[in-house]
Amino acid sequence: MRRLYPVGLAVAAAMFAAAPLLIDRAPTESTMGLVQKIFYFHVPAAMTMFLSTFVSGIASGVFLFRGKQAADRVALAAAELTVVFGAMVLVTGPVWARKAWGVWWQWDARLTSSLLLWMIFVAYLLVRRYGGPGSEKLSAAVSLFGMANVPFVYVSVNVWRTLHPKTSVVPTLSPGMRGTFWFCVAAFLLLYALMMAARLRLGKQQAEVEQLYLELDERGDLPSRAS
Amino acid sequence: MSQFARVAWIVMQKDLTVELRSREIISTTVFFALSCVLVFAFALVRDGRTVVDAAAGILWIAIAFSGTLALGRTFERERYTDTLRALMLAPADRPAIYVGKLLGVVAMLAATEILLVPLVALLFQAGLLERPLWLAALLATGTIGFAAVGTLFAAMLVRARTRDVLLPVLLYPITIPVIIGGVRGTAALVAETPDVAMAQFWVALLFLFDVVFVVLSLWTFEPLMTE
Repeated sequence: MRRLYPVGLAVAAAMFAAAPLLIDRAPTESTMGLVQKIFYFHVPAAMTMFLSTFVSGIASGVFLFRGKQAADRVALAAAELTVVFGAMVLVTGPVWARKAWGVWWQWDARLTSSLLLWMIFVAYLLVRRYGGPGSEKLSAAVSLFGMANVPFVYVSVNVWRTLHPKTSVVPTLSPGMRGTFWFCVAAFLLLYALMMAARLRLGKQQAEVEQLYLELDERGDLPSRAS
Repeated sequence: MSQFARVAWIVMQKDLTVELRSREIISTTVFFALSCVLVFAFALVRDGRTVVDAAAGILWIAIAFSGTLALGRTFERERYTDTLRALMLAPADRPAIYVGKLLGVVAMLAATEILLVPLVALLFQAGLLERPLWLAALLATGTIGFAAVGTLFAAMLVRARTRDVLLPVLLYPITIPVIIGGVRGTAALVAETPDVAMAQFWVALLFLFDVVFVVLSLWTFEPLMTE
């Protein structure tokens, strides 16, 4: 894994460097023109974010019922990445909307549900940070409930209102656009996997340090902490 | 009566007896709901007339806000006297204890709503009481959904130092489908041309929400409350 990491990182860097060139060469969309190009970042980021919420939700369930610490670390890493990729989605979306719709924000189904999902995972991190002892269980519940909530948010907001381009846009892309689009999706997924691996390694090391600290404390070898 | 129902009934009875003796939660909650209505009236009433659908929105926001307050206070009482630990130590099914607490919260919210609905109808000239059965169905399904998620999180937050701020932070994003369903369903009922089919759709969606989240709460209450 550790040897694979620099290779993956180099590939991801190359992919993100190549992406602008490909996006530039992809055919320009006839009605929206240049603004449409943001689609190549916005949609892959959104896909990665949704993937991440499910990773976090499922890992939280495993942690809750099996009590595996590793699952908790996966859930936390995925929640953090959900917030990161969600922030990308929520920044690129309004930038596009300003040009396409003339406003920064619309209370549309997809926008609102993405924002809500993002908020649930921000809440997850808030609990994690300020919840005090036992917060990992509480946050696991937040993640699990957040995941169960996705269809409800989606249906309710959808009936409430819809403006956003449909997901059916993706299969109907022109061939030139399609290649670039999937290239970007692959780049984002690779980036996600790398960030996840790095975060998990950090989490594992933190747990190990904690364990060592406890062991030292038990043996009474702990040097007095400078306050 | 089965053991499960008996435990749930006793826990609810205990909560309601404590409440009936002090009347602390119900009186503060009702007054708080009234304050909410007043604050929103200043924001939404122009030239003596309300914005369309304002009554439905005000009603549900008042329910959500005062519900949070009631949930917080119910568990604060348990924390203050350290009785939640005693409840957890009792030789009873944990899910039954959850159901008992949930019923107690729902009962208190129902009492608040009985006062709140006529008040909003009166102050905003809204025909809330023209289709009482559909409104009751919306209120019942909405309140149960809100309280189901709220009871679980409030119970878990008893241990956290920052519970006062974390409860709304967690509760609102997750219960957004309840708010949307309640507001849109109520608005459909009080519109100039009432749309009963729409209200029916929201009642069905809220019912589904209740089923999913009550089941999920019953399922997770045991591992979540184990220290």
